[in-house]
Amino acid sequence: MMTKNELAALQSTALKVREHIIRMSEGGGCFIGASLSCVEIMVYTYARVIRRDKDKPTDLNRDYLFLSKGHDVPALYGTFVEMGLLEPGRLANHLSTSDSIYWHPNRKIPGVEFHSGSLGHLPAVAAGVALDCKLGVGDNRIVVITGDGELNEGSVWETILVANAYGLDNLTLVVDRNSFQANIRTEELVPLEPLVDKFEAFGCDVIRVDGHDFLALEKAFGDIDSRVTGVWAGSAAEGRGKVKVIIADTVRGKGLPSIEARADRWFCAFTATEVAQLLEELHGHVKASIESETLVVR
Amino acid sequence: MTYEELLIQTALEDERIIVMTAENRALVRNIPKILGPRFVDTGITEQTMVGMAAGLALRGRIPIVHALAPFLTMRAYEFIRTDVGIAHLPVKLSGYIPGFLSDGNGPTHQSIEDVSIMRGIPGMEVYAPADEDDLVKMLPHIWSAPAPAYTRINHKKGNFTHAPYQPGKAEVVAEGTDVTLLVYGFLFENALQAKSLLEKEGLSVGLVNMRSLKPVDEEAIVRAATGSQHLVTIEDHLQTGGLYSIVAEVLLRRRVSAAVTALSLGERWFRPGLLAQVLETEGFTPEKIAATVKENLVSYAK
Repeated sequence: MMTKNELAALQSTALKVREHIIRMSEGGGCFIGASLSCVEIMVYTYARVIRRDKDKPTDLNRDYLFLSKGHDVPALYGTFVEMGLLEPGRLANHLSTSDSIYWHPNRKIPGVEFHSGSLGHLPAVAAGVALDCKLGVGDNRIVVITGDGELNEGSVWETILVANAYGLDNLTLVVDRNSFQANIRTEELVPLEPLVDKFEAFGCDVIRVDGHDFLALEKAFGDIDSRVTGVWAGSAAEGRGKVKVIIADTVRGKGLPSIEARADRWFCAFTATEVAQLLEELHGHVKASIESETLVVR
Repeated sequence: MTYEELLIQTALEDERIIVMTAENRALVRNIPKILGPRFVDTGITEQTMVGMAAGLALRGRIPIVHALAPFLTMRAYEFIRTDVGIAHLPVKLSGYIPGFLSDGNGPTHQSIEDVSIMRGIPGMEVYAPADEDDLVKMLPHIWSAPAPAYTRINHKKGNFTHAPYQPGKAEVVAEGTDVTLLVYGFLFENALQAKSLLEKEGLSVGLVNMRSLKPVDEEAIVRAATGSQHLVTIEDHLQTGGLYSIVAEVLLRRRVSAAVTALSLGERWFRPGLLAQVLETEGFTPEKIAATVKENLVSYAK
């Protein structure tokens, strides 16, 4: 059970991560909306699920978190700063060729398990890691954060079929279900619902929660973990566990009412004045009025 | 005229055209409301989009297909090669932010092998316009030809007014006896400025905007090789399979011997960052291009 103090600490960390994200949207810009939607997922997972010793980053017994929706770099690196993995000053090197902090993750940044940016890759990479952990009788937990738009890619579904064939119940997919992809609502482009049914039909254990509620995330990870039934049998034919899926319903742009759930606030490059306004807005003072246009890249 | 304006005009004139994208609408923002059902966004599904384009082309349509260049050319590669290539269907591929234009995205988004892999498909044409003006001059020919084609899109406005496009021909901007710069796409502008810098130092400098990389203008390459002491190929592409390779193939086939220097990304992904800084870091500003050219001329003279 999470204590009140633990909850307050997580909430305070999430707020700081949001500040980092907002600051990274200045100048060359970043994928601010999608980063803000996955803050609680990321903070919670690193704080309460992933067991890793930051002094032993290559320890084979560690848990893994793979960020498959790679454009959430500001949330990832913001979380790394709060975990003490990344020197805070380095965030100011965003988009400088002198550092390795750019729009997508790479392993030059300590804590990044694998590079991403091209969608639909890391479920498969994570399944490979999960398979090896099973072969070695490790109890490592492998978590992959995917986008919802990312579920368009067929490679995600191929991976789920194969991972279930191999009984990879040590693999958990967390879907940041913010219901937008680029400048469009997912349900207006390639509808995903009923999403729980889809994952269940593919053989997964599925839980759907409010992805901004730490207590709900705690319960989801607890419930889903207690359902681990897997005994490694090496083939699809024998008794096996299932891939876990947590669908985390979120709001794109969460924390900033002026950009929340807006199709045009995907990739944003804000001015210093706008960033200052957004920071005020984050702390509940004044609603920001933003003029900058969103750019379109993926 | 912009890429999108040309596309709208062409599609309104030709009912066969279907505009497709795999969720990247940067070049086609206004198309859905104008073309209605002839605009198809398949979501983030590059291979499905290309397979569907092949099916549409089988029924007589001309799909003009959009995605970021790396995902279009690589995620869907086998679908392009197998469904579009083997059947030789008129599917027109528009790759967005190729080469340095992916600036701060990182290696996952760097399309720097597209020329190499796309020209490796039998019958596939490969184009690399220098800028928006060049793009709108070339596209009517590209889209109306019966072959499958890949265009390395550079939609940025340049400061140069290009000559009308002749299918399969390069644009010879200038001939020079000391060195000829062979370039395509986004780096044209910087090569043009590098040419001026080198001329200020008394060199006679030729400049060729390649435009069509497949079919390639063999005569333009051979003329440059015989009329100039030195050739320099300039490209935001890996050294393997790009313009340097194309020039080498042409010279070998035509039994022409020449001094050729490659200014390319060699065998590396470039350091991501803001575009101006990327060009500086990777050595592709006009000043750095000029310096590299001079250095190589000197080293060959030794």
